[in-house]
Amino acid sequence: MTPDIGLILGIDGVATGSIYVLVGLGLVLIFSVTRIVFVPFGDIVAFSALTLASMQLGRMPGTVYLVATLALVACLVVAVHHWRRGEPRRIVRGVLGYGALPLIPAAIAWLLAGTSLPEWAQIPLAIALVVPIGPLIERIALRPIADASVLLLLVVSVALTFGLSGLGLLFFGPEGFRTKPLTNEVFRFGAVIVTSQTLLMVASAAVFSLLLFLFFEHTLPGKALRATAINRLGARIVGIRPGSTATLAFLLASLLGAISGILIGPVTTLYYDSGFIIGLKAFVGAIIGGLVSYPGTAVGAILVGLLESFASFWNSALKEVAVFSLLIPVMLWRSLSLARVDEEDAEIEG
Amino acid sequence: MKVGAARVLALAAIAILAAAPLWAAEFTITLLNYIGIYALVALGVVLLTGVAGLTSFGQAAFVGIGAYATGWLTTVHGASPWLGLLLALGVTGAVATLLGAVTLRLGGHFLPLGTIAWGLSLYFLFGNIDALGGHNGMTGLPPISIGSISLEPDGAVFYVIWGALAIATILIANLLESRQGRAIRSLRGGAVMVESLGISVFRIRLVTFVLAALLAAVSGWLYAHTSRFVSPAPFDVRMGIEYLFMAILGGSGYILGAVIGAALLTLLQNALQDIVPHFTSNGSQIEVIVFAVIYVLALQFARGGVMPFVLRYLPRGPKPAIAHAEPLPRRTLPQAGSPLLAVEGLVKRFGGLEAVSHVGFEVRAGEIVGLIGPNGAGKSTVFNLITGALASDDGRITFLDADITGAGQRRIAAAGIARTFQHVKLRASMSLIDNVLLGTYLRTRSGLLRAALRLDRAEEARARSEAFLQLERVGLGANPYDQAGNLPLGRQRILEVARALAADPALIVLDEPAAGLSRPDKLALAQLLRALREEGVTVLLVEHDMEFVMGLVDRVVVMDFGCKLVEGPPAAVRADPRVQEAYLGSVA
Amino acid sequence: MRPLLEIADLRVAYGKVEAVRGVSIAMEPGQIVTVIGPNGAGKTTLLAAAAGLLRSRGKVVYDGHDLGRLDVEERVERGFCLVPESRELFGDMTVADNLLLGAYARRRNGTEVKESLQHVYGRFPRLAERRRQKAQTLSGGERQMLALGRALMARPRLLLLDEPSLGLAPLMVREILRIVASLRELGVSILLVEQNARAALETADYGYVLETGEITNQGPAAVLAKDARVVATYLGGSA
Repeated sequence: MTPDIGLILGIDGVATGSIYVLVGLGLVLIFSVTRIVFVPFGDIVAFSALTLASMQLGRMPGTVYLVATLALVACLVVAVHHWRRGEPRRIVRGVLGYGALPLIPAAIAWLLAGTSLPEWAQIPLAIALVVPIGPLIERIALRPIADASVLLLLVVSVALTFGLSGLGLLFFGPEGFRTKPLTNEVFRFGAVIVTSQTLLMVASAAVFSLLLFLFFEHTLPGKALRATAINRLGARIVGIRPGSTATLAFLLASLLGAISGILIGPVTTLYYDSGFIIGLKAFVGAIIGGLVSYPGTAVGAILVGLLESFASFWNSALKEVAVFSLLIPVMLWRSLSLARVDEEDAEIEG
Repeated sequence: MKVGAARVLALAAIAILAAAPLWAAEFTITLLNYIGIYALVALGVVLLTGVAGLTSFGQAAFVGIGAYATGWLTTVHGASPWLGLLLALGVTGAVATLLGAVTLRLGGHFLPLGTIAWGLSLYFLFGNIDALGGHNGMTGLPPISIGSISLEPDGAVFYVIWGALAIATILIANLLESRQGRAIRSLRGGAVMVESLGISVFRIRLVTFVLAALLAAVSGWLYAHTSRFVSPAPFDVRMGIEYLFMAILGGSGYILGAVIGAALLTLLQNALQDIVPHFTSNGSQIEVIVFAVIYVLALQFARGGVMPFVLRYLPRGPKPAIAHAEPLPRRTLPQAGSPLLAVEGLVKRFGGLEAVSHVGFEVRAGEIVGLIGPNGAGKSTVFNLITGALASDDGRITFLDADITGAGQRRIAAAGIARTFQHVKLRASMSLIDNVLLGTYLRTRSGLLRAALRLDRAEEARARSEAFLQLERVGLGANPYDQAGNLPLGRQRILEVARALAADPALIVLDEPAAGLSRPDKLALAQLLRALREEGVTVLLVEHDMEFVMGLVDRVVVMDFGCKLVEGPPAAVRADPRVQEAYLGSVA
Repeated sequence: MRPLLEIADLRVAYGKVEAVRGVSIAMEPGQIVTVIGPNGAGKTTLLAAAAGLLRSRGKVVYDGHDLGRLDVEERVERGFCLVPESRELFGDMTVADNLLLGAYARRRNGTEVKESLQHVYGRFPRLAERRRQKAQTLSGGERQMLALGRALMARPRLLLLDEPSLGLAPLMVREILRIVASLRELGVSILLVEQNARAALETADYGYVLETGEITNQGPAAVLAKDARVVATYLGGSA
C-alpha cells in the first residue's frame, strides 16, 4: 500500500463514513428518546435511494403504495385509540397528521407517475415520500407497546425489518439500482482526486450534524426532545408528552435517513435488502458513541467507514466480517464502561 | 379433561407420530423432518432465551458451524457422518465457549445485538472460504448410516431426527428440574439475588449458551446429512430470527414450545406458499410480509405464545408429596457470645455523597441486632456492603476471623452469611419450594450431566426435604407448589427468609422482613427469629416497625445521614433525644 | 368555597397488595396540607396516584373536575403539578433550560414565560447565579430549589410536593420549607408529603397522618404537632 492509495482509501472511507454518520445520528436520536433500537432504519435509507432510482427510470415508485397503506392503518389505529379514551375530537387532528400529510407527496407521486419530472424536483419528492414511513411505523407498531422492555422493542424492530425488506422486494424487484450522480465535477488537490459527490457527502454530514446540534441547543422542541432522552419521567411531569417527542424524533431521523439514501444512491448499487447491512454498520458507529453521544457516533461512524474502506482493499469479500467483528469488542468496552445497576432482566413476555 | 384421558391422548399422539413413515405421504415426511430439525434449534432457544432470559439472534450461525464441520469432514476427508457429528459438536462447543465468554458480559440490549454481529460475521465467513465451497456450498454429503444400513430415505432419517429430538427434550427436561436447572431458571430477573446464593451468573449463562449451541450443532449435522448439501443461505441472521420467533410463538418458557413453534412456523410457511400464488404472482415476497405482520401482531397481543394457552385447558395432576429424607450436612455454629461480624470505619460514596460515613459496629454470635434509622440513613447500603453486593470505598469487614472486605457476594455466601432484600427478590414464576431450594445451592453438588441422566435423585430428595422443612418452619408449608408470585408481598418476604435459612447460615441478614406483614404474621416472624437465636443462628436486621424491633432485639444500632448515631439496648435508644430528633425531624 | 382538591377513598394496589387503602383528603384553595407518616406508610404512592402516574381506584376531583383518566401531562396543563421525591431534573441540561422546560405547557405564551422566569430567579437568587450550570452540578438543596422553581414555571394552582426535605441538612430543610410556606402568596395551594413530621407541621395549616396505607389521625397542624400519638407512630410504644 502506497501513501497515495492510502490517501484514496482514506478519502473513500471518510465519504462512506459520512453516510454512516447521518444514519447513526438518526439511530441515536430514536434510541435516546424512545429506547427503541430501530433496526428498520436502514431500510428507510435504502428505500429513499430506490424510490429516487424508480423515478429516474420513469416508473412510479412502489413506496407510494407503502405510504398510502401505512397512512390508512395509522388513521385506523389513531381513531380507535382516541375513541376508546372518549376523545373524539382528537381523532380529527390525528387523521390529519397521520393521514392527510403523508398522503400528499404520495398523491403527487402517483399523479406524476410515468412522466419525467425534472431532476431538481425528483429529489425533494423522493424525500417527502419516504420521510413519513418512520413516524407511521412508530405509531402503528411501536407506540402501542411503548412501555415494553427494550428487548421486546428490539425484537419487534427486527420483525419490522423483515417486513420492510419483503416490501422492498415486492416494489423494487431483486435487481440493484444506482441513482444518477448528483454532481459530476472533480477536484484535484495535488495528486489526489476528490469527486464533488464525496465532498457533498462529507459536507452534508457536517451540515446536518450542525443543524441537529443547533436544534437541540436553541429551540424549545429540541430541548424537549433532549429532556425526554435524559429523563422520561421528568419530561412527563412538566407536560411533555412521550408520544409527541417520539413522533418528532422519528420524523427527524427519517429525514436524516432519506437524505442519506439520496447521497449514497449514486455511489453504491443498492438492492431491496441492502438497508439491513447499512443500518447495522451505522449501528456499529453509534455503539462506539455509546448510543447516547452524538459526537461519539460521528467519530465512530467515520471509523467504521475507514475500516470498511481499508478492509475491502485487502479482501473485499471479508470487509463485512471485519466491520461486524469490530462490533463485539466495542460493545464489550461500552458495556463495561457504562454504570451497571442490577437490571431486572427484560422479559420478552413483558 | 381428566388426567388419565390427557395421558392417553398424549400417548396416542406420540404413537401416531412415531408411525408417520408408514402412513404419511413423502412430502409430509420431509416436512416433519424439517420440523424436527428446526425444533432442535428452537429447543436451544427456549433454553437460552425463554428460560435463561438471554436473547440470541445468532443460533443459526451455530447450526451452520455444525453443518459445515460435518460437511467438510465427510466430503473432503471421506469420514463417516458419526465422526462428523463429533467434529461438529467439538468445533461448535469451542466457538460457543469463546463467543459466549465475550458476548455474555454484555448487558441488557447489547447482548442480542452482539449475537447479530457475530451471526453476520460467521455467515459472511461461510460464504467466503473456498475450502467450504464458497457461496455455492458443498454437495454430495453422505447419508447417515448405522452399520451397513444407510438411512437415506426420508422415512429412515425421520427416526434419527425425532429420536434425537426426543432424547434432547428428555435430557433438558431432567436438567431443568435439578440443582443446575434451577440455577438456570433463576437467571432471569436480575443477577444480584442469584449471586447472593453463591451461584456464578456468568458460569451458568455460559453453560446454557454452550448447551444451546450444541443443540444447534446437532441440528446442523442432521440437516447436512438429510439434505446432503450445505450452503451459507440457511445460516444467516434472518434464519436466526426465525428460530427466535419459533420459540416465542410456541411459548418461549416451555420445552414443548420448541416443537409447537417449529411446527407452527413451518406449516404456516407451507400453507402460505400454497395459498398466496392464487392471489398474486409475487408469492415469496408477500409471504415474508405476511410473516412480519403476524410476528408484530403476536408480539403485541400474544407474547406468551401457544403453550400458556394450551396449559390452561390441560388438567393438572396432583404433585408428589415431599418425602422426608436424610438431612443435608449442617455447619457447626460458633459459640454464643463469640465475635462473629465486625464492621470498622465503613465508607461508601455515590458521586459526591457519602452514603455511609465511617460506620462501625459488632455483632456477636447468638445475638439479634437491629439496625434502624430514618429514610435515607444508609441502612440498606450498609447491608449491601456487608453482603458484598456493593464494594466499599474504605473500612474493614471481618466475619468469623476472616477479612471479607471486598469479597464478592458468592464468597460471602459461602462463608456463611445469608440475606434477604429490601425490595423482595425472588422468582415469581417458580414455586415456593423451588425458590427455597435455590438457597441450598451451595450445600449440594450435582452437575449438569448427573442431572440430565437423573443420577442426582438422592441428593435432590435430601435438598427437597430440607427446603420443605424451612417452608414449614416459616408457616408456608401448606402449598409448596404454589407460584411464589401469587403470595402477598408480606409472605413473599417470609419466603425469602425460608430461602436464607435453607442455606444453613451462621449469620442471617434481613432487610425489612416485617414490612407489609399483618400483625399475627409479625408475631410469628418474631417467634421464628427468637427460635433461631436459641439454635445459635445470629440475626442482623433492618426494620422500620419500631414495636417489632424494640420488642425483639438484644441491641440497636441507630444510623442517620450515613453515620452511626447511637448504639445500645432498645429502651435506652428509644429514650435518647437524638434518636427522637432523627426520626421526628427537627425545626432547627 | 369549593374545595380545590378532593381525594375520595383512593386505593392503590401493587399486584395483590394494597399500598393505599381508602384515603380521603380535602383541600381548600390557598391551603398548605401535609401528609406525614413513617417510612413505608404509602405517602409517595399516594402522591404518585393522585398525580396520575399510578393506576388507582377512587376519585380525585380537582377544581370540580374528576381527573379520572387524565394523563400526567394533561394534569400539568390544568395547573396540577407534581415534584417527585426523586426530583427528576434534567441533569445534563442547564438550570435555565430546566426552568424553561418547566413552562412547556405554557409555551405558547412567550412573554409570560419570560416573566415567570425572572420571577423564579428573584425568588431563588442561587439559581440565578448558577443559571448556566448543569443541573447535576448543583448541591442537594439547590437541586430541590430547582425542582420547586421548575414546578412554579408551570404556574400551578396546586403543587404536590413529595418529601422536599429528603436528604437535606437541617438548615437547608428550614430554608426549603420557608420557601414552600411563602408560595402561598402566589396563590399556590400545596399538598406536602413529609417524613420530617415536626418541620411539616410547622409549615402546614392542616395535617393527615398516614400509617400502612390508612389515615389514622388528622387535624389542624398545630394541634397535631402536640399529639402524643404522632410521636408513637414514628417511634413505637410510648415515647
